[in-house]
Amino acid sequence: MLQPLNLNRIHRWGLQSPPASHRLLPCLIQPSMADPSEAKGEGSLRKAFGGVLGVFILLLIGTLAFSIRLFSVIKYESVIHEFDPYFNYRVTQFLTKNGIYDFWNWFDDRTWYPLGRVIGGTVYPGLTLTAGSIWWLLNNLNIPLSVETVCVFTAPIFSANAAWATYLLTKAPPSHQFEVKGTGAGLTAAALLAMVPSYISRSVAGSYDNEAVAIFALIFTFYLYIKTLNTGSLFYATLNALSYFYMVCSWGGYTFIINLIPMHVLLCIVTGRYSSRLYIAYAPLVVLGTLLASLVPVVGFNAVMTSEHFASFLVKCQEVFIILHVVALVYYIKGILSPKMFKVAMTLVVTIGIAVCSAVLAILIALVASSPTKGWSGRSLSLLDPTYASKYIPIIASVSEHQPPTWPSYFMDINVLAFLVPAGIVACFLPLSDASSFVILYIATSVYFSGVMVRLMLVLAPAACIMSGIALSEAFDAFTRSIKFQLPKLFEASPSDAGDTNRGTQDEPTKVDNNTPTEKTETTAKERPSEKHRKKEKKKLEKGKEIKEKGKENTDKVSNKPLNAKKLLVLPLEASAVAILLLLILGAFYVVHCVWAAAEAYSAPSIVLTSHSHDGLHVFDDFREAYAWLKHNTDVDDKVASWWDYGYQTTAMANRTVIVDNNTWNNTHIATVGTAMSSPEKPAWDIFNSLDVKYVLVVFGGLVGYSSDDINKFLWMVRIGGGVFPHIREPDYLRDGQYRIDAHATPTMLNCLMYKLSYYRFVETDGKGFDRVRGTEIGKKHFRLTHFEEVFTTHHWMVRIYKLKSPKNRIRGKSKKKTNPKTTSKINSNKNVKKNPWQ
Amino acid sequence: MLTFRELEFKMAKSSTSDAQALFRSLRSAYAATPTNLKIIDLYVVYAITTAVIQVVYMGIVGSFPFNSFLAGVLSCVGTAVLAVCLRIQVNKENKEFKDLPPERAFADFVLCNLVLHLVVINFLG
Repeated sequence: MLQPLNLNRIHRWGLQSPPASHRLLPCLIQPSMADPSEAKGEGSLRKAFGGVLGVFILLLIGTLAFSIRLFSVIKYESVIHEFDPYFNYRVTQFLTKNGIYDFWNWFDDRTWYPLGRVIGGTVYPGLTLTAGSIWWLLNNLNIPLSVETVCVFTAPIFSANAAWATYLLTKAPPSHQFEVKGTGAGLTAAALLAMVPSYISRSVAGSYDNEAVAIFALIFTFYLYIKTLNTGSLFYATLNALSYFYMVCSWGGYTFIINLIPMHVLLCIVTGRYSSRLYIAYAPLVVLGTLLASLVPVVGFNAVMTSEHFASFLVKCQEVFIILHVVALVYYIKGILSPKMFKVAMTLVVTIGIAVCSAVLAILIALVASSPTKGWSGRSLSLLDPTYASKYIPIIASVSEHQPPTWPSYFMDINVLAFLVPAGIVACFLPLSDASSFVILYIATSVYFSGVMVRLMLVLAPAACIMSGIALSEAFDAFTRSIKFQLPKLFEASPSDAGDTNRGTQDEPTKVDNNTPTEKTETTAKERPSEKHRKKEKKKLEKGKEIKEKGKENTDKVSNKPLNAKKLLVLPLEASAVAILLLLILGAFYVVHCVWAAAEAYSAPSIVLTSHSHDGLHVFDDFREAYAWLKHNTDVDDKVASWWDYGYQTTAMANRTVIVDNNTWNNTHIATVGTAMSSPEKPAWDIFNSLDVKYVLVVFGGLVGYSSDDINKFLWMVRIGGGVFPHIREPDYLRDGQYRIDAHATPTMLNCLMYKLSYYRFVETDGKGFDRVRGTEIGKKHFRLTHFEEVFTTHHWMVRIYKLKSPKNRIRGKSKKKTNPKTTSKINSNKNVKKNPWQ
Repeated sequence: MLTFRELEFKMAKSSTSDAQALFRSLRSAYAATPTNLKIIDLYVVYAITTAVIQVVYMGIVGSFPFNSFLAGVLSCVGTAVLAVCLRIQVNKENKEFKDLPPERAFADFVLCNLVLHLVVINFLG
């Protein structure tokens, strides 16, 4: 029989559970036909035991996922990490204090002064609403957890949920054909996801960011899609759309889903796997999903249109929607017409269709070509062409998460999974179903995108875990089956008969074919792949080691293919035992690496720094010290200017208005601050005064060796500022192509505000002004500030706060110096110097 | 031998006669479908017609409250799609769904429509 296997069984309608034998643990074998009643009792006991064990294992996996993310709470404290989570925390605070209507309509005037920011329309509300509702629920149950605690622990809770969702996704169907092993593959994949370092890095306790919730939504949406695809139930299609809505609320990465699913539908259509279940899985999702996505203010009409140009109306998922309808119509007509008539219909339709389509295509191409970026946004263009961002948009290029990853980061982030994934891909092909083709497409696209941006390694992690779970489960299954089959033989001490294939003996449960066992002995069909020992085992295959098994479609269902006896591979006993041991050691390496990565690499809150020295542990809490000083020693309405990295933290912890923050939505505003930092004191004072700034905050790591300080970020200030204000020229700051701050630095560099604010009085610390980060002594050591005064420097000099001096009073009676007509003409004649708009 | 013009004429006549034969066979095949499926088909046609009318209206008047336009069109298209799904599930010739009781299919249809119209009413503005 050469038909593709149609394994999408519909035995999951309602509460019908699949037949008992399909839920056994991986290594158990179906009982023989000799004692049916006794076997049934045994089978249901085993099934119950297996089910309970499975639930228990799932609980343990959830606990593991939760607890491995708690290292930062144990090593430091329960604090929110990094920069972006502080914004989310501030928004959640506002939500819990003021309620949801005020949150939805909130206009924030404490950031991007004087522009402000519409929070309700520019934030993805999923994360804050989730944490807010958890807080509200707990408070109503009289468990008084603070908002901060809820925010810190949201990520570990949802990673446990994500592990369970991975279990569902792997069990239900890509391993649907491996019905007995479905549960095993699911458990393995869930255990792998609970620990994979790439996911841990973005969901540690305290990393209160969108991805913490979004990855759970992603996996759950994929699970519901595959479930709908397999069962064809409209109920699951509705749930799928709702889960997609939750994903749209949570993260900008929802575009991945809404592009992957149409791609998969197209793939199914093209490879001839169209079925009515595909229609039910996809069409309601498009309609409901588009509507639901438009409800979220951040997405709005982008869900329907790709650009602001109304005429370029179609997003990819809608085009595939149309194609799907055409295909469905074709199949329907094919079903009701005779073949000859159908051919006539086809020719008619094709001729008319080609004419219409070419006309429409011509119009569409003309419209799209008229828009400058051909309808794509900057970020998505940079995904397709990785060099786009570095050429045109310096802000996107400057974020470290948007850089392409290096090879070692793959091994750091998904470790052992990196080479288990190809084995899993092969296992998915072996019987290729709709669901396995989906998972293969998922992993192919996520591998491509992870190669473009480090941040998207996170999307690769669940796919890699699923594939590895399938591969590992298959391997374990083959080995344990071999051992289980051969162990009684070992104890029997009877000579193994090489030619005897009919082992229906009474002392061991055997797999017996329902029909007369045929003597198929070809070695090529249905070999279970054992990826490590394939070459060795091929030589050791003998006739006597092949066993036939009753087809998966057993007596409960009508067996479509009575001759479809799957032959399962049984390997020699010693080889299987050694192989199992090796796989366990591999797993042990993975676990050790994950725990190390979670503890050492990904648990740093980056707002508190520690270092180990010979006299113990040093804690650098300078950031919070500075923000607390700001909070207590300045007026509520004072504006603070700093580089955009620190904006969120300043508004959240110091509660002061900032000029620019991490949202980076206004490039010109950031360029203004960058220009001010790169200019000499007087122009910088003018710029800041025009923005009503009172305090300037600078991060300086030269005393303690903290390398992410503002001097190291200075090149971005120059580039971004120079991109908008041409009088800032980067070569002015470079000596031999490098930014230097020692005696060989350019005078522009030595006079700019960033240099002065960082190194003011620095020479007083050690007498020589040795900068530990740059490794040299500074160029200009003794200087005074004319327009700024220092108001606060933290304990380790990491954060320095300066105040703008008010302008000098005019002295009555003295007149201003008259401008010399000769000098004015000289200035006007020199047209090559770009005019500084601030003077 | 036929001239080119006669050949063209003959081809046109044969293609129209082909079209007529096709039309007739389509009609006869469709007449054989059971009544409940025809009712669902009628509903689908009604929904699509309403959507087309809305699009034409938008073309005349302009798309200013774009969310209302989207909500209206998508509700029509949505309920049409759901009706097609119902038809697929209820159709007795469809072997994949023979285990599914039609009451369950209809209940799913109602639930999905409920969610759809809830969202539409919210989005209508």
